[in-house]
Amino acid sequence: MKLTQGQFSFLPDLSDDDIRVQAQYAIDKGWAVSVEWTDDPHPRNTYWEMWGHPMFDNPDAAAVVYEVNECRKAHGGKYIRVIAFDSTPGWESIRMSFIVNRPAEEPGFRVVRQEAEGRVIRYTIESYAVRQPEGARYA
Amino acid sequence: MLDQSKAKTETNAKKRYAAGVMKYAQMGYWEPDYQPKDTDIIALFRITPQDGVDEVEAAAAVAGESSTATWTVVWTDRLTACEKYRAKAYRVDPVPNKPGEFFAYIAYDLDLFEPGSIANLTASIIGNVFGFKPLKALRLEDMRLPVAYVKTFQGPATGIVVERERLNCYGRPLLGATVKPKLGLSGRNYGRVVYEALKGGLDFTKDDENINSQPFMHWRDRFLYCMEAVNRASAATGEVKGTYLNVTAGTMEQMYERAEFAKQLGSVVVMIDLVIGYTAIQSMANWARRNDMILHLHRAGHSTYTRQKSHGVSFRVIAKWMRLAGVDHLHAGTVVGKLEGDPATTKGFYDIFREERNPMALENGIFFDQDWASLNKMMPVASGGIHAGQMHQLLTYLGEDVVLQFGGGTIGHPHGIAAGAQANRVALEAIVFARNAGRDIWNEGEDILRDAARTCTPLKQALDTWKDVTFNYASTDSPDFAVTPEVSA
Repeated sequence: MKLTQGQFSFLPDLSDDDIRVQAQYAIDKGWAVSVEWTDDPHPRNTYWEMWGHPMFDNPDAAAVVYEVNECRKAHGGKYIRVIAFDSTPGWESIRMSFIVNRPAEEPGFRVVRQEAEGRVIRYTIESYAVRQPEGARYA
Repeated sequence: MLDQSKAKTETNAKKRYAAGVMKYAQMGYWEPDYQPKDTDIIALFRITPQDGVDEVEAAAAVAGESSTATWTVVWTDRLTACEKYRAKAYRVDPVPNKPGEFFAYIAYDLDLFEPGSIANLTASIIGNVFGFKPLKALRLEDMRLPVAYVKTFQGPATGIVVERERLNCYGRPLLGATVKPKLGLSGRNYGRVVYEALKGGLDFTKDDENINSQPFMHWRDRFLYCMEAVNRASAATGEVKGTYLNVTAGTMEQMYERAEFAKQLGSVVVMIDLVIGYTAIQSMANWARRNDMILHLHRAGHSTYTRQKSHGVSFRVIAKWMRLAGVDHLHAGTVVGKLEGDPATTKGFYDIFREERNPMALENGIFFDQDWASLNKMMPVASGGIHAGQMHQLLTYLGEDVVLQFGGGTIGHPHGIAAGAQANRVALEAIVFARNAGRDIWNEGEDILRDAARTCTPLKQALDTWKDVTFNYASTDSPDFAVTPEVSA
């Protein structure tokens, strides 16, 4: 399967220049861009690991691309995303999020069904990868 | 114009309260020098007086009939602070290019209204007055809701920001589809459409307004099969998915029962129809806030009173009431699709849904500055006759915080529902990517979509199938002001 979280997962994989262009859009809007990685792609895994703090005072998206590539050196076999934070009153949350790196093999998710009273089913979704301990989940 | 001496409030108490009938303007419902207070509710009506009825007297009558007046003088007024409780018409302007129609501005003291009750507000403002004989027609065009009043309402249960956080979806419009055919599918077959559409790339699917619990599909079956589909699609994509389970029913007890079942099954969203009424909507909004549920409102029935410009209630007013009442999603027009929607008027609706503050914008039909006092934002929903080939127009007109719903434009794809969903998602991401990269999507949109279709056969098929489909008809509900004139509110 292909994990399709984020803004651009249905497009061909982004090049470094694509990443730069999108990050610059965020910077020009006044948003702080950040790089995060994970080996648990569950859709409700909110807190991916931070690759440093959001780059609050950085005017140049080339620095974002540099950090993405540094993160790839350490976590190239995992998921990496770029996100943009907007501190404007009334928003104060994320404005952009897109995946820039993914494992070569994405084993996907299994659905666990617990049959409950009546015909109710309680569903659990779990990435096959998280059956391995952290650090040993992807090649 | 009325003889101004007859439009003056009668200040001699003995004459004013003598038994009998007198003009509303003389009773104190016309005060041209009145300065509205910051805490006043202001209503703007379009009035069409009967032939021979003066517009100032007509405006005063609307003020009277929507506040304290009856048709004759009553001495019991004098037991109250009646001057405070009288609504005051304070300004009447002719409608540009519409002989016989006038805009009447009327101010109401805040104490006329119960806090936190749309039912109470509307019982006054659109109550008896709409059937008043001296008027040929009456339309409520806009309202200014003071912060003091706004703060008595919960507002949207979830709001745009928290909805995005819950869905883990940022930076692009959300995508949805209404299951078709809207009536007749069994629960099992219905869930198939939901599964294919969500797996293919949509974020949401949707029950239609008239899917409740019919012989061909009872509600529990629909909910159970839909949640199987939602969870399967979520596992297939690694994304949060949802389906608007319509809990509309004949009684509140039944609606609560259905909503509780949706919650028990793990749905992120439930849906209601506008026809359930304002009080039921507020109750469901409170339930949604308590239960971490996104609340979708389908505006079923609104065109019976919003569409014609001479009589009824403008949708911009309904939008304001619904933001107070506390729904998260509300349909607001597509501009380019099959249903009514002038671009300038629709922009006014979207601004009411999504902005912290609406400045007066007569060219968008917004007559007042409106401060929303940090009430959550509503997510507008665009649906009805839209397809992937219009994606650049939709993003330009409607912006990023919107649910784009392609029903026929997903399910009618020649290679199936999942292919239709994929076409829409690829088109959307390609247009958002291009906009962020600084391209002129309005003029280059078709090229951008054709380029994206090179690596996505379903998009190519969608573009080829619907390339000539447009709905270009004149709108009935367009603004009265082409550009911003120099007027003070």
